[in-house]
Amino acid sequence: MIAARGLCKSFDGTPVLRDMDLDIARGRVTAIVGPNGAGKTTFIKSLLGLVRPDSGQLFFEGEAIGASHTYRARIGYMPQIAQFPENLTGADFFALLRDLRGATSTDERLIDALGLRESLGRKLRVLSGGTRQKVNAVAAFMFEPALYVLDEPTTGLDPVSAGILKRRIMEERGAARAVILTSHILADVDELADDVVFLHEGKARFVGNVRDLKRQTGQITTERAIAELMLRERAA
Amino acid sequence: MITHAGTVAKFQARDVVRSRWLAAYVAFFWIVTEGLLRFAGGDARAILSLASVVLYVVPLVTLVFGTVYLYNAREFTELLLAQPVGRRALYVGLYAGLTGPLCLAIIAGIGMPFVFRGGVAEAQPAMLASLVGAAIALTLVFTAIAFCIALTCTDRLRGLGAAIGAWMVGALVYDGLVMAIVAAFDGHPLERPMLALTLANPIDLARITLLLQLDVSALMGYTGAVFQQFLGGAVGTLVAAGALALWIVTPAGFGMRAFERKDF
Repeated sequence: MIAARGLCKSFDGTPVLRDMDLDIARGRVTAIVGPNGAGKTTFIKSLLGLVRPDSGQLFFEGEAIGASHTYRARIGYMPQIAQFPENLTGADFFALLRDLRGATSTDERLIDALGLRESLGRKLRVLSGGTRQKVNAVAAFMFEPALYVLDEPTTGLDPVSAGILKRRIMEERGAARAVILTSHILADVDELADDVVFLHEGKARFVGNVRDLKRQTGQITTERAIAELMLRERAA
Repeated sequence: MITHAGTVAKFQARDVVRSRWLAAYVAFFWIVTEGLLRFAGGDARAILSLASVVLYVVPLVTLVFGTVYLYNAREFTELLLAQPVGRRALYVGLYAGLTGPLCLAIIAGIGMPFVFRGGVAEAQPAMLASLVGAAIALTLVFTAIAFCIALTCTDRLRGLGAAIGAWMVGALVYDGLVMAIVAAFDGHPLERPMLALTLANPIDLARITLLLQLDVSALMGYTGAVFQQFLGGAVGTLVAAGALALWIVTPAGFGMRAFERKDF
């Protein structure tokens, strides 16, 4: 579904993505992990067209990213930090997205599941950080996209809401959609991910399913397996 | 693209209209206009005094508000760019979503005191219209410049400093510089360089369009006097208005290019 070929990007002369190749399949949850500065955010932003790679190509459902913006109608994105215009309400924000996407129907299950209905009429400024993060989550799941890009989705959510969101992610995987997520909470990765992409210095050093990862590193949990990968990279 | 830009503009404008900043901006013009109408002794003199307030305040507020607005919208801009929206449409939407409410604030703040007194008494309505027109032009120019600053400086504090610096140069330093040049080249024919210098500063330009319209040379700086001598009347107004239009289009276009190429 997603294919990266020889992707390179540097910021002010510092390379962040170095000749990166990667394939991501539908119907699976793929966790992108790696130390700080490994290129996780830059890869996600390239996928969304927020960052323009210096060279190499990135394909989404066979279509090269960069020429047009229409492919983003098939992506639901949940950024790590939820920042909205202060004086808009949650309802305003959803209406804005609906108008931009020209969507006739929206999936509002998460609004009720997360108990967000009564907060929608209030200005986003007065909502708590966690509530704003819920608004953010609802927005990503509103338009039945083919791909979900979730950047640290459970950060800032209370355990009950995080559980609801995780259940929803698993449902979407079942519906043959692709989910890409980054998370520092490796317990979440353990719980959700089918595949793991381990990035280090701008390259995908490990791509494969969780079972292979554990076998290759000789560890029982994903958390330990990823830590093992990091230690190996450091030693090398 | 136009529908996307319109959608973004509509919701951004809704946000700006509800902000306390904008309410304060309306209140400021309302109070100043009302005060001048009561105490300046005559509508014509009130409008003249109001003109000098507008020429200083509008660029400053617009520059500061414009840069802060774009910096605050940074994360939200990323979120919008992750939607099926082109960058050009988003840029136009952000620009229109800010300039729209700012212009309405000026019209409301200056216009309402006149409305409550039942119209413009002794002064011609044309005078008031050119004042509001100049304020709107300055809003469009300095919002575009503010966007350029915010898009080229990633550091907020530096960007804000650059915005205030740009205002000081345009509103304060520039006329002093012009006078210094005049003093230094005393006795040389300076008319053409003076014209060029005037075209190079949008605040001076707005002042000249206004004053040529109001037909008073008392408030003119040196550059204004030269302009009237050379171009006085309709031609001068047209040239100044054309130059102002260039001052809107050039930075707005530069900002759009920066926005299109930027990595978020």
